[in-house]
Amino acid sequence: MPKLNINGVDHQVDAPDDMPLLWAIRDLVGLTGTKFGCGQALCGACTVFLDGQPSRSCQTFVGDLAGVKVTTIEGAQGKVADTVRQVWTDMDVPQCGYCQSGQVLAAVALLTETPKPTDDDIDAAMDGNLCRCATYHRIRAGIHEAARRLEA
Amino acid sequence: MLPRIIEHLAPAASVKTSRRAFLVASAAAAGAFVIGFGAVPARAAGGAAVSAAPAPFDAYIRIAADGSVTILSSQFDMGQGSYHGLATLVNEELGAAWDHITVEGATGDLKAYGNIAWGGAVQGTGGSSSMTTSFDRYRQAGAAARMMLIDAAAKDWGVSAAEISVKDGRLTHASGKSAGFGDMAAKAAQMPVPKDVALKARQDWTLIGNGDLRRYDSRAKTDGTHPFTIDVKLPGMLTAVMIHPPKFGAVVKSFDAAKAKAMKGVVDVVATPRGVAVVGEHMWAALAARDAVTVTWDESKAETRGSAAILAEYEKQAAGKPQAAARNDGDADKAMADAAKTVEATFRFPYLAHAAMEPLNAVARMNKDGSLEIWGGHQIPGIYQGIAAGIAGIKPEQVVLHIMKTGGGFGRRATPDGDVVAEAVMVAKAIGYKAPVKVQWTRENDMRGGRYRPAYVHRLKAGIDASGKLVAWDHHIVGQSIVAGTPFQGLIQNGIDQTSVEGASNLPYAVPNLHVGLTTTEVGVPPLWWRAVGSTHTAYATEVFLDQAAAAAGVDPLAFRLAMLTGHPRHAAVLKLAAEKAGWGKKLPQGRFMGLAVHESFHTYVAHVAEVSVKDGEVRVHRVVAAVDCGTVVNPDVVKAQIEGGTGFGLGAILAEELTLGADGTVEQGNYDTYTPLRISAMPKMEVHIVASNAPPTGVGEPGVPSIGPAVANAVARATGKWITTLPLTRGMQS
Repeated sequence: MPKLNINGVDHQVDAPDDMPLLWAIRDLVGLTGTKFGCGQALCGACTVFLDGQPSRSCQTFVGDLAGVKVTTIEGAQGKVADTVRQVWTDMDVPQCGYCQSGQVLAAVALLTETPKPTDDDIDAAMDGNLCRCATYHRIRAGIHEAARRLEA
Repeated sequence: MLPRIIEHLAPAASVKTSRRAFLVASAAAAGAFVIGFGAVPARAAGGAAVSAAPAPFDAYIRIAADGSVTILSSQFDMGQGSYHGLATLVNEELGAAWDHITVEGATGDLKAYGNIAWGGAVQGTGGSSSMTTSFDRYRQAGAAARMMLIDAAAKDWGVSAAEISVKDGRLTHASGKSAGFGDMAAKAAQMPVPKDVALKARQDWTLIGNGDLRRYDSRAKTDGTHPFTIDVKLPGMLTAVMIHPPKFGAVVKSFDAAKAKAMKGVVDVVATPRGVAVVGEHMWAALAARDAVTVTWDESKAETRGSAAILAEYEKQAAGKPQAAARNDGDADKAMADAAKTVEATFRFPYLAHAAMEPLNAVARMNKDGSLEIWGGHQIPGIYQGIAAGIAGIKPEQVVLHIMKTGGGFGRRATPDGDVVAEAVMVAKAIGYKAPVKVQWTRENDMRGGRYRPAYVHRLKAGIDASGKLVAWDHHIVGQSIVAGTPFQGLIQNGIDQTSVEGASNLPYAVPNLHVGLTTTEVGVPPLWWRAVGSTHTAYATEVFLDQAAAAAGVDPLAFRLAMLTGHPRHAAVLKLAAEKAGWGKKLPQGRFMGLAVHESFHTYVAHVAEVSVKDGEVRVHRVVAAVDCGTVVNPDVVKAQIEGGTGFGLGAILAEELTLGADGTVEQGNYDTYTPLRISAMPKMEVHIVASNAPPTGVGEPGVPSIGPAVANAVARATGKWITTLPLTRGMQS
């Protein structure tokens, strides 16, 4: 039975090795912040961190995760995550909110790697995260604002 | 997105009704206007459907003993912010602490929740009407609740009601007496409901029009806690995935599920009128087994034409006479014959998918007492209730709808046949109601499940006189009717489905001889309203063609429009504002070109100016300036957000979205690799300017969409000299 470490907690899951991590997180572990959008790593709604790196959980399989630390939106913590969430709330970035778990994690990853991203940096880092409400204008502004607050 | 045509059906529609008139009407509706407090029978949102009688205590507002305020919304929220709007309206009058407020969907009482903008006959969200229907209704609910709280405190404290003030959910008196809303809720519920309440004067508003007010529900959308239908989990719940017919109109002939049924976690495989459902203990169990099912389809009634053949047929029809006239001013034929110069164009629009981020889903549970609960994005709840009852063989009032906020919608959650809602009931029934069932579509189900913005062909001709004036306009639209064959069919009048011609038949420009005709086609691809409905194609065709006519007349496109908009000051004002803020007419950097467009949809006026460059046949939109007039602004920041988002949504469609059927009638796209909405790298810098107005409030969910496409195309034409008449641009640039 595969073992998953999610948000610092070990879970034994009754799942075949080829089960996508997305469905293990949602249906077996019961954390629903990670969203299903496409199943093909095309939209980014299912983004999680694997050992800190943003990854698509719909194309990650539970059999490949021995010793890997999985962080979902529920477990994302720290100064960068808190700042991004606060900015997202202050600027009312989300509309429907469905893609925002993925957007927030992608933004946290970008700001962790690149504390002062340019518009081009943002476009490159965030292009895999689709938002059908097209909140892109505010995502861009939100990342710049978060960078400003983190620098201060 | 139900169209504004519904207004025409219901002359009692109170879009223009004064506040005073509505108060009277409300009182006359005998108890329809009610506010609830404290001791409310416990039930989830939507549970009022169980009771045939209007629930007298909890139609609009509940206040709990802890002071939390729950607003029951008649309007559905798919991300556009209608819940936030209603919270703003209620609390402007109520005076609760903002962070004590939540909003839930409600249904079951047409008097309380019927859409006033549609005459009150149907509860539903569409046509960007949420603020219109709610503006008086929910402010009055808030004002009445406040009055009842004050009356209760006055009685309790033995003081005059006039001496009690309200702030942030607290009632206070100069004597030092003070109570929270929660403390006074039970007593307030015993107070008589005021028949008439005075509303705040416009100059006293602190929340309505306040751009600093934050959405009450943003935080939960940043930490994964906001619940969507996909997140609904019930004890013993099963998950079903669908195998839909590969062609529209096909049905199941037979299927072999022996292999699938033997797989771990698979509970059952059942046929429904809409396809085969694989039911599993969880999503992956059902999904993994889906490929092991083989289905034989009866395609005898299926649509087997491809979209190329369909559009070619439309083009032939467009060159001929229209079936019906939507508008006929003067004599367009004669004026065209007499014109000094004529211009012609044929526009081709593809099918478009809504492709909302949350693939369609619904959860159904049959209870022991015979009630059927359904969780989902119930955009037209009364219709879904009837459909579900029909499938289950129970009474509509036994169907309890739990209205979830959804991950997008754009019209897709308002289907006349209830699609995924119907499926959830069908699957639950097919397994003998032995467990609650969630039907969860995959992205491919969603993309190939039909209900598209229909494909259209438009044929336009314009006549220009010797002085450069537009004197004749002939517009022929060919395409499917959205409402034909649905419960909304009665909305077709004199052969005209308004959703096919809106935005064209009400062309605002003063053209003396103007003819708009419609030919309605019959195609087996199920159509639907798609954010901004008819205006998604009429705005493009009219505004691009108008630029073409301006070019033929040798007149600047802004001046050309303004000269013909003297009778339409609100169009002219947004156009002038956008042009001024964008710097229309000023010198642009090398390789940059501007285009503009203006359009009214759902009584809201929007103009876009787009700045583009074209390199190696690729269009890049660098900057967009929009101006909007939606009357009285309830939430300025939501107006901006919706125009930003609507612009991105419309831009994505114009640039690269198309849903095509192959030569045998199967859909060619399945996921976001082949159907390609806008991504962040293509989102221009943008600014939104709002026209200050005291006119009645109108909506913004849809009107941001129509005019961005033609603004971009008009800029592209300036860059390349080529008018893009085949959409999307990725296709049109090549043809």
